[in-house]
Amino acid sequence: MTVETAAGPAGSAPPEPELVQLLTPEGQRVPHDRYDALIADVGPHDIREMYRDLVLARRIDSEAVALQRQGELGLWPSLLGQEAAQVGSARALRAHDHVFPTYREHGVALCRGVDPLRLLALFRGVDQGTWDTVGSRFHLYTIVIGAQTLHATGYAMGVQRDGAIGTGDPDRDTAVVAYFGDGATSQGDVNEAFIWASVTNAPVVFFCQNNQWAISEPLERQTRVPLYKRAGGFGFPGVRVDGNDVLACLAVSREALQRARDGEGPTLVEAFTYRMGAHTTSDDPTRYRLDAELEHWKLKDPIERVKAYMVRNDIADQAFFDDLTAQADELAERLRTQCRELPDPEPTSIFDHVYVEPTPQLVAQRDEMARYLDSFADQEVAR
Amino acid sequence: MSVESMTLVKAINSGLRRAMEGDDHVLVMGEDVGKLGGVFRVTDGLQKDFGDARVIDTPLAESGIIGTAVGLALRGYRPVCEIQFDGFVFPGYDQIVSQVAKMHFRSGGRLRLPIVIRIPYGGSIGAVEHHSESPEAYFAHTPGLKVVTCSNPADAYWMIQQAVTADDPVVFFEPKRRYYEKGDVDLDSADSVPPLESARVAAPGTDVTVAAYGPMVKTCLEAAAAAADEGRSLEVVDLRSLSPLDLTPVVESVRRTGRLVVVHEAQRTLGIGAEVAARVTEECFYSLEAPVQRVTGYDTPYPSARVEEEYLPDLDRVLDAVDRTFAF
Repeated sequence: MTVETAAGPAGSAPPEPELVQLLTPEGQRVPHDRYDALIADVGPHDIREMYRDLVLARRIDSEAVALQRQGELGLWPSLLGQEAAQVGSARALRAHDHVFPTYREHGVALCRGVDPLRLLALFRGVDQGTWDTVGSRFHLYTIVIGAQTLHATGYAMGVQRDGAIGTGDPDRDTAVVAYFGDGATSQGDVNEAFIWASVTNAPVVFFCQNNQWAISEPLERQTRVPLYKRAGGFGFPGVRVDGNDVLACLAVSREALQRARDGEGPTLVEAFTYRMGAHTTSDDPTRYRLDAELEHWKLKDPIERVKAYMVRNDIADQAFFDDLTAQADELAERLRTQCRELPDPEPTSIFDHVYVEPTPQLVAQRDEMARYLDSFADQEVAR
Repeated sequence: MSVESMTLVKAINSGLRRAMEGDDHVLVMGEDVGKLGGVFRVTDGLQKDFGDARVIDTPLAESGIIGTAVGLALRGYRPVCEIQFDGFVFPGYDQIVSQVAKMHFRSGGRLRLPIVIRIPYGGSIGAVEHHSESPEAYFAHTPGLKVVTCSNPADAYWMIQQAVTADDPVVFFEPKRRYYEKGDVDLDSADSVPPLESARVAAPGTDVTVAAYGPMVKTCLEAAAAAADEGRSLEVVDLRSLSPLDLTPVVESVRRTGRLVVVHEAQRTLGIGAEVAARVTEECFYSLEAPVQRVTGYDTPYPSARVEEEYLPDLDRVLDAVDRTFAF
């Protein structure tokens, strides 16, 4: 079945909208009237560092998938293919901007200085997210689809009330980013967040990684219009960017974040990308999509194009690439070792943080559990 | 000592005002809470005095109210959210149960959400569907939330302030049928106010223990007065806190009386009364002279207004249950 667009009957569908693209899949830098200025300061060093982020993000991801296959993690949602969207947007952030991620933002976490081991701990099942959300300004992963967009909007309303927008002071003005996916755009919470942000003019950037798939459901199950165009109906700008182009993602995010910091309100960024892996390690995409589609997107790989650009323009030499490979190997080795060494939590620790102070009922239940577990102590010794 | 007679609405309003004066990070947010002062006027005058940045008329979407309150709390604010009516809390239920209740737990204690969610609840006001419900058990069943309810203006005044200063999220149920009933409030008794999470004896007695909360406390006090005329002494306990559930005075009382009647408007099955009955059976098994009796709404959706008085517990049904405890 061919799904018609809302614009008209079959056969008269409008052409796909233009993407903001600064780096072609072949690694050609293409000029852009609006966005060139936003990355005019980005020099060879910055390109190399973003390339480093891309490579390390992918390596963390592939290591985590391997650890899951070895039984060390319960689950892992791969970011494969979305590295540029995440690194480009995250590198547009300033230190005091605040991020509300989904559960797939491993590349953003890396850029925010969160130890990937903490991400592994969550998916290993030893905790539910224990990184320093205040210091890193990277909130806990949110599993319920779209719920965090409201948290981001509320946080942005708090930023407004603190007078931390529109002062012109780069150390004070603050933006908030809500990450979410194409599937989330169908959620009520996301639409409510759009409304709240719009009517309060909150300093929030809605960064949608449209990776084309919500588990098995393709984009046309979620929308009949390009996602970025929805912003217009809510009363703020929307832009579609090549989500596999780290430079374009950086430029578009910088513009949107600065608008927020300046008190000009929200922006919806649709990063047009592709989930090259499964939804999670529990998923089997061969049941619902064709290999040909994946092959098509492999040609648009977000990392290869940067490498081609760097090589072509002598931005990095072989030593750089070799060093980076060694760094990635070292990181992977550390994660592998430390992940396996993560201790299981004490069973009675589940009672510790239900409330700020434990209630009498929880104290009683903790004692009950402890007594029950202690009743096996003799048998442990006997073995 | 400054004692004033005021309605329960005025008591919450005054408590909120005092909380907002005491901490400029306290916000009030909800539908129609600003200029209108709320459909019940609980927030009357607050926006005029504290401004629209602190008393926020929100878009009409409950998930949005709770979800943005989460973000505001993460930024250091103390939002007090108003849900306009009990039956309208469910669009916000996911945010309350999945996000608000769990944030402190899942963050290993690093993140606190000092949010108050005010919900006018209960029936007997002749309303249409979704305006008379008692959904407290859904929330009391959720670890991470504190669930409290006031039965009179004095408790309302202090409990709302305690809820605002609490560092855990609190769902604050307000008995809307008692909104415009007056009671004395001692505005200077801060030092003698009991903890938010405590039950208290509302009327001492010796023959039967009656545990109730919110709108049913007054009904039970009236039942106690009627029973006294017949020579029977009821001890009425106002539970006040449904999560954590403080059964200390109930257990102490049942050990003396041997009989317990639990009363609430909410439907019976798996309600607060079921939990009270189970725990009292655990704690007072050898003291009980009769099975714990429950006087509740029936296990139907909340009925049409013209039959709601037959659905709701009243004085006679409470006394009928008291009689049943003497039939064993």
